[in-house]
Amino acid sequence: MVAFEAVTKRFGGSGGQPGFTALDGIDFSVPRGAITGIIGRSGAGKSTLIRLVNGLERVSSGRVLVDGVEVGGLSETALRDLRRRVGMIFQHFNLLSSRTAFDNVALPLEIAGLDARAIREKVAPLLDLVGLGDKANSYPSELSGGQKQRVGIARALATSPKLLLSDEATSALDPETTHSILELLKRINAELGLTVLLITHEMEVVKTIATDVAVIDRGRIVEAGRTFDIFTMPRHETTRALLSSSLGVKLPEWVRSGLQPQPLAGGRVMVRLIFFGETAFQPLTARLVSEIGPGVNIMAGTIDEIAGEPFGSLVVSYASDPAVLERAARFYAETGLTTEVLGYVA
Amino acid sequence: MSPDMLFNLLWKAMGQTLQMVGIAGILGSLIGLPIGVFLATSGRGELFPAPMANRIIGLVVNAARSTPFIILVVAIIPFTRFVTGTSIGTYAAIVPLTIATIPFFARLVESAIREIDKGLIEAARAMGATPFQIVWKVLLPEARPSLVLGLTMTLVSLIGFSAMVGAVGGGGLGDLGIRYGYQRFMPDVMLTVVVVLIVLVQAVQSAGDVLARRFDKRNRKT
Repeated sequence: MVAFEAVTKRFGGSGGQPGFTALDGIDFSVPRGAITGIIGRSGAGKSTLIRLVNGLERVSSGRVLVDGVEVGGLSETALRDLRRRVGMIFQHFNLLSSRTAFDNVALPLEIAGLDARAIREKVAPLLDLVGLGDKANSYPSELSGGQKQRVGIARALATSPKLLLSDEATSALDPETTHSILELLKRINAELGLTVLLITHEMEVVKTIATDVAVIDRGRIVEAGRTFDIFTMPRHETTRALLSSSLGVKLPEWVRSGLQPQPLAGGRVMVRLIFFGETAFQPLTARLVSEIGPGVNIMAGTIDEIAGEPFGSLVVSYASDPAVLERAARFYAETGLTTEVLGYVA
Repeated sequence: MSPDMLFNLLWKAMGQTLQMVGIAGILGSLIGLPIGVFLATSGRGELFPAPMANRIIGLVVNAARSTPFIILVVAIIPFTRFVTGTSIGTYAAIVPLTIATIPFFARLVESAIREIDKGLIEAARAMGATPFQIVWKVLLPEARPSLVLGLTMTLVSLIGFSAMVGAVGGGGLGDLGIRYGYQRFMPDVMLTVVVVLIVLVQAVQSAGDVLARRFDKRNRKT
């Protein structure tokens, strides 16, 4: 649906000055019909990246293709035509304060030149779709944040786009409202077959609705793939850093401060066990204790859901004694558990 | 002076003031509005990028605004004569009043439009709006409350300016106050003129406030 080929974007820079490189050699594609998340810290370049798709920003080099059409090669007129086929929602909703919810949704249709009757026929069902059928005559100042974003979504869908761009659409909302907006996006994706490309700095958002994810850091995509794979097996440190604030794999401070990189004589080893797919459904904890021995201590643990699949994480410690370690290794090999040694404690 | 005479004088002067302020206000804001929109949208990277024209018009606007009004009145007498065929009288006075209104209102329009959240322009661009559609459907409606307040402020200063055009025989309330109240030392006339002006300004301001509030949907509560 959308493809980035060796995309670079520089800002400023004149008279031999290099300026600021916001995006540096982005190669990435967004599968049709899926919800794809791009995640990164603020300043990583994700806002610029999403604005290249509908030509709000122009590439410095490389190509951006939307449905096989190169965005950079379009004239102003053709670009406006493309934008009418691509919806966009924003962090601060960007609704017109002087227009009612109905008239805000009508705006893109007015811009496209539809007459009043055709507009009425399109807007009412859209407000119903986003659950605001009774708020048609309310002004944005009379709506809550979540309701404003619903108007924004209805507005983005007004011209029946095949692609929806979401620019931090839930970052200004509280967790509960975020959840309901994400559910709405998921439903729209399923019912209308709409491709969704969203950018966010919240792992929670990606974890909840994105089937595919790309991690962006300092203008480069450092990791991309299926959300579940990236979340359960993060390879890049940026991904790990972003993840640790979201997934319940954080160690209590008193445990982490005591961790040593080398085994200590007569000490214990701290191991993270990761359960997903097959292993998530098996009663492994009980077997773990009986196989390794009664010295197993559970330090922290969670069960979570990523892209609709269960994902568990358990941090345990046991004696770093050769006999115990060997029994543990045998147990892990037998069950297919993924493990990671976090360190050693006295 | 008998109350009847005073009333007649006041009535006539009031008519002249309203005529001058009304016509100059309408013409000046009709010309000032597009100039203000241009000033607000023609910077580098904006809707109608023309930084050079923007700077030149900005300079002209500043020059016009820094010229004291009474000097403007006499300085453009040849132009006034060219437009109205005369350089004295109420109609002649409308010319400098209009010229003074244009840059004043243009700057108010510019600031009203610059106040609008840039996100709205971006959203409209993302919908495929042309620059003209953005001005017409987003910027002007969103700026409407500030534009109404700007127009109010313009009319109030026009009432003030109109007191000075007695210098070219423009008549009006201010002129009445100077000629009768000051030069003939008739304090009752002076006082009446001042009171009428206060009431006039107050009425314009209140009407503007009410209208602006009605257009402003930003702080409505259910």
